[in-house]
Amino acid sequence: MQRLLMKGNEAIAEAAIKAGCRHFFGYPITPQNEVCAYMSRRMPQVEGVFLQAESEIAAISMVLGASAAGARAMTSSSSPGISLKTEGLSYIAGSDLPALIVNVQRGGPGLGTIQPAQSDYNQATKAPGHGDLRLLVFAPSTVQEMVDCVFETFDLTEKYRMPGMLLCDGLLGQMMEPVIFPEVEVTPSEKPWALTGHGDKRQPNIITSLNLDPELSQSANLARFERYAEIEKTQARAESLMTEDADIVVVAYGACARIARSAVSAARAEGIKAGMLRPITVWPFPTQQILAAGKSAKALLAVEMSMGQMVHDVRTAVQFKKPVHFFGRTGGVVPTPNEVLEQLKIIDGGLKA
Amino acid sequence: MKVIYEKSPMLKDAPLSYCPGCTHGIIHKLVAESIHELGAGGRAIGVSPVGCAVLAYNFFNCDMVQAPHGRAPALATGMARVHPGHVIFTYQGDGDLAAIGTAETIHAACRGENIVVIFVNNAIYGMTGGQMAPTTIAGQTTQTSPYGRDVVSAGHPVRVCEMLATQEGTTYAERVAVHSVPHIRKAKKAIKKAFEYQTQGRGFSIVELLSTCPTNWGLSPVESLAWVEENMIPQYPLGVFKDKYAGEVAR
Repeated sequence: MQRLLMKGNEAIAEAAIKAGCRHFFGYPITPQNEVCAYMSRRMPQVEGVFLQAESEIAAISMVLGASAAGARAMTSSSSPGISLKTEGLSYIAGSDLPALIVNVQRGGPGLGTIQPAQSDYNQATKAPGHGDLRLLVFAPSTVQEMVDCVFETFDLTEKYRMPGMLLCDGLLGQMMEPVIFPEVEVTPSEKPWALTGHGDKRQPNIITSLNLDPELSQSANLARFERYAEIEKTQARAESLMTEDADIVVVAYGACARIARSAVSAARAEGIKAGMLRPITVWPFPTQQILAAGKSAKALLAVEMSMGQMVHDVRTAVQFKKPVHFFGRTGGVVPTPNEVLEQLKIIDGGLKA
Repeated sequence: MKVIYEKSPMLKDAPLSYCPGCTHGIIHKLVAESIHELGAGGRAIGVSPVGCAVLAYNFFNCDMVQAPHGRAPALATGMARVHPGHVIFTYQGDGDLAAIGTAETIHAACRGENIVVIFVNNAIYGMTGGQMAPTTIAGQTTQTSPYGRDVVSAGHPVRVCEMLATQEGTTYAERVAVHSVPHIRKAKKAIKKAFEYQTQGRGFSIVELLSTCPTNWGLSPVESLAWVEENMIPQYPLGVFKDKYAGEVAR
């Protein structure tokens, strides 16, 4: 297997192609432009479709159309563009269609900044669009993991017929790391519901999110939430690092987990019993893993590039029985390992006092 | 016994949900007949809009998807790129196509997407109860222009076919009406031509149909037909605004 040095955004694009995606619909926005640029180069080489849409709204609507037609389709954007995509996302969820949406987050609100942030956590995990719906959200923390998650998200979104998101940030999108692409034979999943033309051989297929009858609308939502419950039970993923004997468990995902990892090592070197629990999926949130990791801990610390969004899920996960501290930077500022170490020292000092 | 008329097999045996006197039913029939006559029902995929025709998937006997408001041409683009040999069409009203979906309409045309857009213009938002549409004509009274559309504050109505005809990507743009039998016959020809062009991979066609909304216009069905002639046609002149293949011998 060949190791390649690749930028995160480009690795996402190549992974998607290797995972069998031949329909990409994009729109320029920093810091995700390399995804589109790479796709525009590569798709013609694999007889795929790269289309630069007139807006993020149009791009996700094209994904909706392509997915309805049975294709493995995706789009990518960054925070302000994701806000525009929430319309299509809600329709994709309501139409029970698979799709991959990449969010290379930047600081907000508004136009914000083009620097990295994790402030779309609430949007991705709590309200990705109007209505009762969920979005499968993977939050990789290395370029290799971005690649692996692309394969996984495509598979799971088709298995569960729902949209999925790769929640990254400008730091991961722009950084270069060695990656190995898994050599897997992609077998397209059966899609008897797809719009392929009935060919005078079957009844017409209809894909809609409309249910004028409230009872039918409720049944559709209940059926969807049954799938969501199964996903919560079986698909929540996290990495645990030195949590067994930890007094303080840092909870961080994505780029922040890289920073937290350094801080935890530094803390250990100074005799502070720190560990880390890293959510790999943020919906479903690894509640059980956090509960387990926090069992012997005296305190937890959520580190985010936001004003504190995931921290609330951490508090819920430990059932409000442990103190959950928060440290974050916002608006495109990236926390440093030293800053996190300082927090660990303060918390440790409090525990020993 | 000789069958001289029957319902198009491209229409399901389902009661239409449209108001009495509304011309959507006629337009459905023309679209269905055109696709069927071209033998394309088995590879047809339609996009229903948001608006009165939202339930069009219950009426057309082909695969259908329902789009977010205004996004039908974008969905059709996605599908046309997956199934290039298929017959992909959208069925949209004026609010859907000419207000919230203006960008999707124009850019699908500019890209020359191989789709047919059926544009039903009745100068009002029907489904939501008769609000001012982008195509509401000056002075027309609606729920949100109770004193008549004042172009000084509410702006001027949009002429879609004229606008799209200026774009290189557009293959065919024609405006027809369905308020009388001769006009319906012409409308059929236009719709059939659009679908014919599509089966030949000739790109983006739009057929705009001046239609009625007796319910929200507050007129009887018969009065509504006259209203099209007297008020809509002067604002929206009928005719072919663009036809890249006009010189060809008619098939």
